[in-house]
This record gives sequence, structure tokens and C-alpha cells, in this order.
Amino acid sequence: MQILANILIDGISYGMVLFIISVGLSITLGLMRFINLAHGAFAMTGGYLAAWLVRTQSWGYAVGVAAAVLLTAALGAVLEAVVLRRLYRRSELDQVLFTIGLAFVFVAATNLAFGPQVQLIPLPPWLAGSVDLGMRTLPMQRVLVIAMGAAVALLCGLVVARSRFGVWLRAAVDNKHAAAALGINIRLVSGLTFAAGCGLAALGGVLGAELMPLEPYYALKYLVLVLVVVAVGGMGSIAGTLAAALLLGVIETASKYLASEYGSLFFFVAMILVLSARPQGLLRRAA
Amino acid sequence: MNRTDTERALAPSSPLRHCVVIAGVGLCGLLLPDQWPLLARIAVMALFVLSLDLVVGIAGLATLGHVAFFGMGAYAAGIVALRWTADPLLGLAAGAAAGAATAAVSGLLVLRYQGFTFLMLTVAVAQILHSLANKLRGWTGGDDGLSGFAIDPVLGIAPFDLEGKVAYLYALAVLVGSYYVVRHIVDSPFGLSVRGIHQCRPRMPALGTPVGRQLWKIYVVAGLFAGMAGAVSAQISGIVGLDSFGFSLSAEALVMLILGGAGRLYGALIGAAIFMVLHHTASSINPYHWLFVIGGLLMVIVLVPRESLASWLRAVPRPWANGARAGKREAA
Repeated sequence: MQILANILIDGISYGMVLFIISVGLSITLGLMRFINLAHGAFAMTGGYLAAWLVRTQSWGYAVGVAAAVLLTAALGAVLEAVVLRRLYRRSELDQVLFTIGLAFVFVAATNLAFGPQVQLIPLPPWLAGSVDLGMRTLPMQRVLVIAMGAAVALLCGLVVARSRFGVWLRAAVDNKHAAAALGINIRLVSGLTFAAGCGLAALGGVLGAELMPLEPYYALKYLVLVLVVVAVGGMGSIAGTLAAALLLGVIETASKYLASEYGSLFFFVAMILVLSARPQGLLRRAA
Repeated sequence: MNRTDTERALAPSSPLRHCVVIAGVGLCGLLLPDQWPLLARIAVMALFVLSLDLVVGIAGLATLGHVAFFGMGAYAAGIVALRWTADPLLGLAAGAAAGAATAAVSGLLVLRYQGFTFLMLTVAVAQILHSLANKLRGWTGGDDGLSGFAIDPVLGIAPFDLEGKVAYLYALAVLVGSYYVVRHIVDSPFGLSVRGIHQCRPRMPALGTPVGRQLWKIYVVAGLFAGMAGAVSAQISGIVGLDSFGFSLSAEALVMLILGGAGRLYGALIGAAIFMVLHHTASSINPYHWLFVIGGLLMVIVLVPRESLASWLRAVPRPWANGARAGKREAA
């Protein structure tokens, strides 16, 4: 029982981190048909910025993390406006190559600026403790991750389903030309969505820093996990990405607890099984 | 030169002439005794990238899991050398068979999908094999890898030496032979039908081409040559490690292919040579700075318009390459 509870709690918080990082990529792929293999680099940037602000510049944890998220979003917006926008209509291979190149440059630049060692984000006292839930105690950090994941999922869902921006976004996904003809600024919608995705990736990078240590190769190391979550969830589907992230997070954690010598075998077997049954992903909505 | 693009595309190239040029350029390396191990690595990677070109450049399937076949070939050759026979050619055959078999089985699954799903499934296949190689310690040595196997002299006459001369010539010979066969396959009616699928997939069934079967065949052929590359790599370096199933090797091979130009076969060789030399030079200075070089190169390759770059590079007209490029434009 104990081990099952541990697997569920660790798996769900791992899954929430995967979700927060992946959801931006999922929207980017679904909306703009843009395969962004540099997405992991944005998560890494967020984590590094937070570590730098909180540890070296001694900013408060919450302020530092918020600043890191905003700065990463701004970086994403600039990159999108300057270069990435030109690639939307290019072939998959071109997009893959360019963004791998971008990720390589991020890796090299990170090493140049911070060195190859693992960066730690010091937790404030209110996060370092644990919380008593009556039947058992949980590390506060896990609780925060799960709560943030749920909040992000809820917020994304509300924004897409209810807000004016969500209407533009869905219109742009369904029919770009008709939406443009109706006066929706597709370029602005794409840019804002991309920046929001980068900001969320940064948040995930910060929250997941305990599970996925911040080191220069972060950008490439966890890229495959994020891509798998997006593929299994179905591009552009927020609920699908959440379901896939939780499912894969629990599977990965369970195999770490119960059969660690198999590495990520079960993770990828699960992916193949899901994609064989549902090539469009778990919850891909009908186009 | 008043031929149309179509005539150019169909004009037979001369595999033998290409092979003579490749062998000639390769043999010039004999003048650089210090660099024989590097040159042998280049020949191995060139063979791997050549097989990747069959999938990416000829069939138009973007893959990031080609390393699955390379790794299977490497482990097969290593295991054969450790347990049964130290004959290099039998090991090579085992590597080729392992690569082809892996492609045949995984192709049945992954080729049912296109685009992003295909890309992710190829990654998954390679990662699963990576996990298995890590797990099956009895056969693969786990994360220690395989080492300590000796390889008999090639054809019973040329023993592998410490300077790496025989290893280099062996790798070069396998590369040239493979290029000859691959060139023939690409120019055959079968190769033309695969290139047709790349250019316009909906058109080919209407012309009577079984799309799925042709793609599966080219995938198996590519797996065979990737397996051979893995086998040669294992034999000349004497070690097989988990990194022969690594994601980064797949990405690097793709970089080499695009660097030299996809869909032309000889581009794979040029790209591998440039990349390996750059890698060797830059990473001996600082392995991280090397990523700046390759990352920048990749972005430049994508951003600079292909046509202007290609026409600038191509002072001498190469008929069949023009045909392939025209196809690329149509597909884009």
C-alpha cells in the first residue's frame, strides 16, 4: 500500500511537471504546425534564470520564479518574431533541423555562462518542509507542483474555452484563412501563444528541477520525454496532454520503483501501444 | 544541355565512376598516417549517413530513430566476435542481418504513420532498444558495453594493426561497395518509384505502385546498410557501447546528411566528412563550443535559401541532382 501511494504521488507530481512543460509545445504543434525541438531549451532557460536570480542575486523565491518565467516568455516572443515565424511554412525536416540547431546553441551558451555543473534552486522554508494530510505527510514541494499543474490545466482550459483570445486561437487552429479574413490577427495570436508556451515551459523547468536536474544538456536530455507526451496526448489538445503526462508520469515512476533496471522501456512501450491504437493521440479532438 | 528536368532525373548516373572518385579521394588519406583512426570513423559515419539518406532524402521520411539499426548492427557484430567467430566478414554479415531484421519488424509498425507520429515512433523504437541493451547485461554488458573481442585478419591476409591502416582500408572498402549497391538501388525502377512516393504520395497508388510495400522495402535496405555501419564501427574500434543507440547519434547523422545535401547519396559522404573533421577539430578545443559550431551551421543551412546556396556550390552541372531538387520543390 505504502509503495503504491508513493508511486501515485511521485508519479502524479512528475506527470504535472511534464504537463506544464509540454502543454506549450502541444499548442504550438497543434496551432502552428511547428515542430519545436528547442522547447526543452526554454524549460532549461527558465530553470537557470530562476536559479541565478534566487541563489546568486538573492531574490525571493516567488519573485525570482515569476521573473524567470516572464523573461523566458519574452525571449520566446522575440525569437518567434525574429526567426521562428519564417519556418511555419517550411517542411518538417527544416523545422526539426533549425530547432535542434537552436537547442545546441542553448546548450553551449548555458555551459559558457554557468559551467557544466548541476544548478540548484534553493527552496524557501515554506517549501522545504512537509505538510500533514492526516493519513500521511507529503513534501510541500510535491503539493505545490501538483497544485500548480492543476491550476495551469484549469487556466489553459478556461482561456481556450471561454476567453476572447481562446476564440481567436481556436479559429486560427480550425481555419487559418477564414480566421484571418474575419480580422483576427493570426500573427499576434501565434506570437502570444508561443510566448505563453515558453513561459509555461520555464515554470515546468523550475518546478521540475528536483526530478530533472538543471545541467547544460537538459535541453536535449528531456526533449524526448516531452515529445512523447505531446504525441501521446494528441497535438493541440490540453486535456489530452494532461492525461498523457499523468499516465506516462505514473508509468515512468512505477518502473523506477519496481523495475529500475529497465530504464524507460515501459514508458516507450506505453507510447507505442497508445499510438498504435490511437494514432492521433489519446484525446485528439476531431479536426 | 537542353534536357528537361524529367529527362535529367531519369538519366542513368554512373555508379562505377562515383565509386572510383570516392575510393580515389579515400585513398589520398593514406598519406596522413596520423589520421587513420579518424578517417576510419569518417568512413563508418559516411556509410551510416548514406543509409539514412535512403529513408530521409530518397523516401522523404523524417526519422530520428535510425540509430536503432546502427546499434543492432554494432551489438550483433560484437556478440558474434565474442561468442562464435572472429571473422570480420561474417561479423559484417551478422550486423547487416540484424539491422535489416530490426528495420523489417519496426517498419511494419512505424511506416503506418506519417509526419510527427512517425518521427516519434522511430524515436521510441530506438529508445526501447537502448533500454533493452542496458537491461540484457548477459549479452550486451549493460552500461559497460562490449569489449575485449579480437577480430581476425580481413580475408585471412590483412591483420588489424595498431596504426589503424587496415581498419581504415576495410571501412573504406565497405563504404565504396555499399555506395555502388545503393546507387544501383536508387536508380532502379524500384528506387524511382520510391522517389515518386516522396514527390507525390497520392499519385503513386494511381500509377499502380504499392506505396506501403515500397516504403517498407527501402526501410529494410536502409536498415541493412546502417547495420553494416554499426558492425564496422564495432570491429574497428573494438568496443560497443550504449551510445550506439543514443538519440544524439541519430541527430548528428541527420545533421551530416543535411550538411551535405539530402537525396543525392554523395551528399551523405561529403556531409559526414565535413562534420567529422569539424567535430574532431572543435571538440578537441572544447566539447561544448563544438555545439555552437554545429548549432549555428544547422540554423544557417535552414535559413539560407537552398536554391541560391546549391547553385553557388554547383559550378559543374550534375544532372540527376537537379532532378532530385526539382522533386523536393514540388514536395515542399
